[in-house]
Order: sequence, then C-alpha cells, then structure tokens
Amino acid sequence: MDKRKVILLQILLLALVLLGWEFSVRLGWVDAFFFSKPSDIAARVYEWFRTGEVYRHLWITLTETVLAFLSGTIAGIALGLWLALSPTASAVLDPFLKALNSVPRVILAPIFTLWFGLGIASKVALGFSLVFFIAFFNTYQGIREVSPVILANARMLGAAKGQLLRHVYLPSATSWILSSLRSSVGFAVIGAVVGEYLGASAGLGYVISQAEGVFDTTSVFAGIVVLAAFVVILDIGVSLIEKRLLVWRPTPDQEGGTV
Amino acid sequence: MEMNDQAADAAIELSGISQRFGEYTAVQNVNLKVAPGEFVAVVGPTGCGKSTLLNVIAGLRQPAAGSVKVFGEPLRGLNRRAGYLFQQDALLPWKTALENAALGLTFNGAQQKDSRSLARAWLAKVGLSGFENRYPHELSGGMRKRVALAQVLIMDPKILLMDEPFSALDIQTRQLMENELLRLWQEDQKSVLFVTHDLEEAIALADRVIVMSAGPASRPIGDFAIELTRPRDVTEIRLTEDFLKVHREVWALLREEVMRAHGQA
Ligand SMILES: Nc1ncnc2c1ncn2[C@@H]1O[C@H](COP(=O)(O)OP(=O)(O)O)[C@@H](O)[C@H]1O
Ligand SMILES: [Mg+2]
Repeated sequence: MDKRKVILLQILLLALVLLGWEFSVRLGWVDAFFFSKPSDIAARVYEWFRTGEVYRHLWITLTETVLAFLSGTIAGIALGLWLALSPTASAVLDPFLKALNSVPRVILAPIFTLWFGLGIASKVALGFSLVFFIAFFNTYQGIREVSPVILANARMLGAAKGQLLRHVYLPSATSWILSSLRSSVGFAVIGAVVGEYLGASAGLGYVISQAEGVFDTTSVFAGIVVLAAFVVILDIGVSLIEKRLLVWRPTPDQEGGTV
Repeated sequence: MEMNDQAADAAIELSGISQRFGEYTAVQNVNLKVAPGEFVAVVGPTGCGKSTLLNVIAGLRQPAAGSVKVFGEPLRGLNRRAGYLFQQDALLPWKTALENAALGLTFNGAQQKDSRSLARAWLAKVGLSGFENRYPHELSGGMRKRVALAQVLIMDPKILLMDEPFSALDIQTRQLMENELLRLWQEDQKSVLFVTHDLEEAIALADRVIVMSAGPASRPIGDFAIELTRPRDVTEIRLTEDFLKVHREVWALLREEVMRAHGQA
C-alpha cells in the first residue's frame, strides 16, 4: 500500500467531515448551540494560544501526567521484579493485587481529593493507581518469560544476581514493559484529566468541565482538540524511546537473517 | 604418601550418578571419567539423558544420587572450571555479537576496552570478523553457534561441555565448525565432553566414544577408544578404512539401543 496515498485519503476524509460539520451548522441543519462548528473551535484554540491562557492549564496537566506516569511505572516495575523473583511474596500478594486492580478507579477520585486536596497530588494519585498495575503486570509477565536456557548460560558465564537483573531479566522484560508504556501514558492522562474534571482549579480537564458548566460547546470541543493533540505528541515521544530501546528486535520481515 | 599430583586427577569424574524427574528415572548409576586434555564424545538415542548428565556436570542440577568431582574436588554449586555450549540458542538477543562474546568478561568485571578487544580477536578466530555489531537475529544459525563458541572459549575454561552443538546446522557448515573446533582444541588441550546423537561426528572428533543405553535408567554401556591419527580432517577421515571399522563396531551396539528407544516411543 502506497503511504502517500493513505495520507492523502486520511486528509481527504478529515476535510470531508469538517466541511460537512461546518456547513450543516451554517445551513441551519443542526443547532450551533449544541454542536458549535469547526471554524469557531479553531478560532477558540487559536485565541487560547495567542493570549497564552491555555499554557498554564497544559503545564498543570502535563506535570500531573508525567508525575503519575513516572511514579506508577517505577513502582510497578519494582513490585513486578520483586514478585517475579520471589515466589513466596507473589503467592501471598496475588489475591490482594487482583482485588485492588478490580476497583474502578473513577470511584477512588473523590477519596483521593479528600486525602490529597484539590491540587496536583490527588490527580497524580489517580493516575498512579491506573499506571501502576499496567507496569506491574507487564513487568511480572516479562520476567517470568525469560528463557531458562539464556538464564543458565548467563549463570555459567559467571553472572552474579545483580548482573542477571541488569543484563538478562530487565532487557528481556523491556519489550513487555515498553508495550505497557504506550497504554500507561494514555492512562496517566486519563488520571490527570478525570481528576481535574471532578474537582480542580486548573488543567485541561478543569477547562472542559468549566465550559460544560456554562454550555460553552465551542470551548468544550476546543479543550478536546488540545487534549487530543497533547496525547498524540506524548505518544510519539514514547514510540521514539521504544524504537531506540528495541533496536535488537527483528522486524517481522527480517526474521531469520542470512545464511 | 598423599596424592597431590594434579595430573593424576581426572578433569571430570562421575561416580554413581542418578537423576530422576518425578517418577521417571532418566539416568542411573553413571560412572564416567574424562582425563585432562581428553576429547570424549557421548552418543545415545534421543531422550536417554545426555543433556541431563551435562547439566549435572555443569552444576545446574543436583543429582539425586552420586558424586561429581572436578579435578579431584567435589563439585559444589556451579562448575566454575567448565564452559557450557548449550543445545539451544543461548545468546542474549539484545546484545551484539561483540557484546555477547565479551559477556563472561563483563560479568567478571573486566575493563570494557580489554574485553572488547579480546572479544574482537575471538570473533575473528571463529571467522566472524566484520559481524561484531550484528544482533543475533541478524546472523544465521551457524554464525550464532560460532558466537556462542567464542562466548564460551573466551573464558578459557579447562573443561568444555558441548550439547549437540552442531546438530541444527547444514552439513557443510557443520563440518567446517567441527574442523574449527578440533583446531581450537588442539591449540590448548582442554577436556571436552561432547554430546551428540550422530555417531559419525562422535568418532571423527573424539579420543573416546561412550555409548549410553536407551532410557529409562540410562547408563554408559560401551566405551570405545578411537585411535585415528591427529590432526584430523573430519570430512576426509570419514572415508578411511579405520574409521569405517570403528564405526561398524560402535554402531553394532548403538543400533540396538536406538531400536529399543524407538520401540518404546
Ligand atoms: N526438566 C525435566 N522435567 C521432566 N523430565 C525431564 C526434564 N528434563 C529431561 N527430562 C526427561 O529426562 C529424559 C532425558 O532427557 P535429556 O537429558 O534431555 O535427553 P537427551 O539430551 O539425551 O536427549 C527424557 O526422557 C526427558 O523427557
Ligand atoms: Mg539433549
């Protein structure tokens, strides 16, 4: 499939939807009060960036996302390592972790607000509760799947415990951990935005919830557009890291190599 | 007088080794000696317990009974005198050929500069100059085996354990590697225990061929000295009259075991 053709078709599709939306509002087929229209939304986004008022909210949301992502990932990986390498701890903690993970996190949001206040901390906690389990389960699985032969070989070559961790267990689990990073970023954003949406004084979630409060659909959509762009940029960042860390992995079409 | 002459001790000495997996007895009462500098091949039907024996000698598995002595000393924990070339691919896929070859030195805390230059030299010895920066998936099966060989030999082990190292290779690559192995072994006579299910390979390489019986409760049932001249070329030696004579002799015994193993399967 020609890549340029795909991109061209994608642009065409987007233009078609936006034009359809724009003109159905302009021609009075749907109500601008409920649906706003693309030109207004674009103007609103432009306005936010021109006056600079959106930067503060973006910054807050970004901070919450990054903190939730980092703390959740690090804690998840650490617990994943520990449980994967210690069968007793894993057997004891397994049911508790499963139970905790089954709790819908949105329900926890008000409690976190109660505990940590209206500021950044409660949003980070919500994001953490989502990211942590993804990082944990993937690390655990990744470590468990380390090939016993590779492990035996490294031990025969003289690897000490710490060296096994660094040269064998962690690299082996990276593809699992990295694949979890993509979804982790998404969940960190969800934690931040949902937290802001439910009670905050700044952030993209707050902006959207304020706009909804006064039925300002243009601002609601503008907020969604900015949020979507924000997530796409983060996702690109993560896939760049992923590419760098996984250079050793065969792509599907080069499996096997040359004889 | 007390015996403290190193040369008198066997490199490997197994006495009464048994190994069970649950109810299944894989090997029973195995006695085996490998002298310093000796090249011993072990043949036997698939599943008779050859890999199990190597794992016991490597210290990766505790035997259910019996003792392992390495240069006269009882083996405790991993066998630090032995290098082990596994039957399966055991390179780290996330390290290049060079990093893989240098792995043991890295674990020993060697300077990166030193370990790299030594690894480069070893890759050259196994014919892989120019492939230093390839990842395992970018190498052919034969090349990966060579990296694995360099990875083991760079540590200069006094004992070399090899588990069907060339069985997955095509016949040309295989004979090339066999000759290379003989050349490297002759450079500094290590004690080699070479496991294979290929009798021709065993005879072409070894000083002594040991035949294991079919499982369960497998044990050595034949011990043949191979008095073919050295240095050998594995391709040419197969065509000599002496080779064929030994081959007939050993095959007469091995064949029964192979049939027995088949009959059970
Ligand atoms: N980890 C294990 N658990 C259970 N059975 C095993 C295990 N390893 C080997 N066996 C059994 O022990 C026997 C010998 O295995 P192995 O040493 O791998 O044979 P070989 O290397 O001669 O082909 C086989 O019957 C095999 O099924
Ligand atoms: Mg085997």
